[in-house]
Amino acid sequence: MKSPNSPKEHLMVQAERAQGRVKELKESPIPVIYVGCATCGLAAGALETIAGFETVLKENGIEARIEKVGCLGHCYAEPLVIIQNPGFPPLLYQKIGAGEAGILVRSFLKDGSDPCYEYLIGSLEADENFPTLMDYPRYLYENRVVMEHCGLIDPEDIDSFLAVGGYSSLAQGLEKGGAWVLDEVMAANLRGRGGAGFPAGRKWKIARGIEKSSKLVICNGDEGDPGAYMDRTLLESNPHQVLEGLALAALAVGAERALLYIRAEYPLAVKIMERAIVEAQEKNLLGADIMGSDFSLEVSVFQGSGAFVCGEETALIESLAGNRGMPQPRPPYPAVAGLNGLPTVINNVKTLSTVPSIIRNGHQWFRSIGTEESPGTAIFSVVGEVEYPGLVEVPMGVTLEHLVVDICGGIKDGKELKAVQIGGPSGGCLPASLMDTIIDFDSLKKVGAMMGSGGLVVMNEDTCMVEVARYFTDFTQGESCGKCTFCRIGTRHLREILKSITVGEGRMEELADLEELSQAIIKGSLCSLGKTAPNPVLTTLRFFRDEYVAHIEEKRCPAKMCRPLIAFYIDLEPCARGCDACVACCPTDAIFTTSNRKKAIDQEKCVKCGECVYVCPPEYDAVRRVSPPEMIPDQGVEPLTEKNESE
Amino acid sequence: MSDNLITITVDEQKIKALAGAFLLPVCLENDIYIPNLCFLKGMDDPPASCRLCMVEIAGEDEPVASCRCRISEGMEVKTNSDEILRLRQLAFRLLVSTNDGSCRTCIANHGCELQKIAKFLHQPLRTKRLRHIDRDYPKFINTHPFLIYEPKKCVLCGRCVHVCGQLEKGYKLDFAQRGMDSIVSLFGSDLDPASQDCETCLACTEVCPVGALSSKVKWQSFTAEIEAKAKK
Ligand SMILES: Cc1cc2nc3c(=O)[nH]c(=O)nc-3n(C[C@H](O)[C@H](O)[C@H](O)COP(=O)(O)O)c2cc1C
Ligand code: SF4
Ligand code: SF4
Repeated sequence: MKSPNSPKEHLMVQAERAQGRVKELKESPIPVIYVGCATCGLAAGALETIAGFETVLKENGIEARIEKVGCLGHCYAEPLVIIQNPGFPPLLYQKIGAGEAGILVRSFLKDGSDPCYEYLIGSLEADENFPTLMDYPRYLYENRVVMEHCGLIDPEDIDSFLAVGGYSSLAQGLEKGGAWVLDEVMAANLRGRGGAGFPAGRKWKIARGIEKSSKLVICNGDEGDPGAYMDRTLLESNPHQVLEGLALAALAVGAERALLYIRAEYPLAVKIMERAIVEAQEKNLLGADIMGSDFSLEVSVFQGSGAFVCGEETALIESLAGNRGMPQPRPPYPAVAGLNGLPTVINNVKTLSTVPSIIRNGHQWFRSIGTEESPGTAIFSVVGEVEYPGLVEVPMGVTLEHLVVDICGGIKDGKELKAVQIGGPSGGCLPASLMDTIIDFDSLKKVGAMMGSGGLVVMNEDTCMVEVARYFTDFTQGESCGKCTFCRIGTRHLREILKSITVGEGRMEELADLEELSQAIIKGSLCSLGKTAPNPVLTTLRFFRDEYVAHIEEKRCPAKMCRPLIAFYIDLEPCARGCDACVACCPTDAIFTTSNRKKAIDQEKCVKCGECVYVCPPEYDAVRRVSPPEMIPDQGVEPLTEKNESE
Repeated sequence: MSDNLITITVDEQKIKALAGAFLLPVCLENDIYIPNLCFLKGMDDPPASCRLCMVEIAGEDEPVASCRCRISEGMEVKTNSDEILRLRQLAFRLLVSTNDGSCRTCIANHGCELQKIAKFLHQPLRTKRLRHIDRDYPKFINTHPFLIYEPKKCVLCGRCVHVCGQLEKGYKLDFAQRGMDSIVSLFGSDLDPASQDCETCLACTEVCPVGALSSKVKWQSFTAEIEAKAKK
């Protein structure tokens, strides 16, 4: 149904109503409690938190509204709660379980006096009585373009998106036309956030240039990298921003059908996305004759089988067509001939989520963020040994050091940073000496790592780099689709060699084999899974070669991590006479009492689980780890027997 | 694609061929052998999976699978540079490193593509430097009424999957599993009506470049022969 109103006028009516509704919430005379309920929040117990609030509110006869919102990206602090109590600025609290919920209700909502500083992170708005989020480096240095509204709006209510200007970029795009949208995105030099960094505009232009009746755009939400969840967060926390980006892409390309390929392991994302599509259709923001224009877009969700390789665009198309998800040789590129031979543009969730902001603020604005060749922001999921893990959105061009130390608080427990593994399972491991590397597509590639999907694992001195290489190679070789020789068999050989090194059976000449195999796998593999799989091996060989050599020549694991190459013993000096904290924790009863009533480990029985290290009270801290195992000093240990007991 | 004859240069030899044809068959027809396993003449979309037919093409940064590469006027191809040779030899060594190497008792002995390629590349049929990787499958998979599959011999070239897919009949071969566990699935059984068509077809067994997929009838008589010989 075409309307006489322009798309902007059409949207204005919707937006005004939405703003009214949202204002009502913002100015609510009763407290409003926002609880982060994306998958991460739920895993941390957000539902129990809500139940806790409900019970205590009821017990105390307090009226308050509870609203579910998405994820703020602060994993270390989940469950996160924002409380908007009349008379106070909105306050963000961390680690709020059911118990803390009760305390907040009683102290803050009931008596209105104590805002519970012990759980408070800060105020969302500037306020003289409270620290604001900007007082924290984490918030100060981040630049949230794509994640701007994540965790602050209700993903299951389109009005909360409309109230912050949602779909206005689409309205603008519809007024100015697809060619204009394409030009803006080209001029912005938006590069694909799914890993390869290919300019989105160039891809769109190829598809737009093909004169065919039917075209297709696909949002790639397969996200198979272990430990990565930024796409999930965006789908769950701001679904309409993805849809708006997808619609803009379709407009620029001239597609009338759009698909969201979401892995079946993301049931909440699927549910939220499906609901968002229905809501948008009801408001004529998707579907036929969008906002009264002559542009129509049919959008649906496809649940992927969840194989890592299905995220590769040609395998994704195979899987959509009902075939086994195996990559296909390119050319033809999907933008030319994809699903059923139709021009098919595939973009990552983050790429599409960036598009509305470019259209809203213009390409110059976008290019003012980040670097010349990689404008915009990058979202990382930072995990591992850092103080504040979680999702971080930074402008491209900052250094790794800035991201890891300034924003994520540096290494936990006063340890030393050893390496960061950046780019997902096929990323590279960079040593501490390269922490001044700039984060953008090209700089990372230069040092052997890659942007990848934005996975970043921070490792401390206790991490064995050979084991790290083995771990990631184990993953990629298992996920190889099995099609081509180098990837299927070559990566398996890499894994076998790495495994033998970590158990002390490696040979020096195999280091050359690792390199030769790696180079051949990169050159000879068909798709990027194989072409990037050797990165962890090559970078660890390059930057941590001495660790490989120590494993092979001295049977020593410098990080004391590889079990066959280490041993535990108890230092009799600090071990406390009569203490037996470690005895019960040992699964194999390897710990015995010595003649002077201290403890020792029977090496024959020890399975090197390391449990005793953790249970030994910190004031004694008597369990030692050595590598190679022969390093155990002779302390003249004798078991306690009836004979020496009586002595 | 047009009917234009164009000229390309392969290892300094000038060749005339139809513009847009795939490079590998053009070379093979002109007696320039390039090792290959997964390619079959007439394929529209060669899978480019065995990676043995990699060549160097002037102007390309990286080696290219010749089976998938369409020729164009003036193209300059090298099939025997040091780098290509090394890459191919390694691909071959990888393939045989997972093979059970029982040539003497194999139905494909003397007709096997791997033996032919080994000779061409001067490579042994057993790896020395690379360790042997035993695939975690039984020697035979015997569930299909008319076919017998030997997973430890299969090079996963996919020729059988391809020819089966071209046919109208109901039974379809496909790949299963991932990584080193990849196999061709032959889940047809006596109870599967679709597999009945296979008795007269056996197209897949004819294209298998190694001895991994055979007609049960042939295989049984071959085994009987081997056993008889062994007794003598
Ligand atoms: C093994 C493999 C897995 C991939 N997985 C994903 C994925 O989960 N999500 C994604 O967006 N791109 C993934 N890609 C990249 C896609 O092939 C493709 O480049 C991307 O979706 C294009 O979108 P972009 O240009 O917006 O980055 C993967 C690539 C490979 C080789
Ligand atoms: S490189 Fe690996 S995943 Fe990609 S097509 Fe080859 S076997 Fe499959
Ligand atoms: S059975 Fe034969 S034809 Fe089929 S994939 Fe294996 S080697 Fe190739």
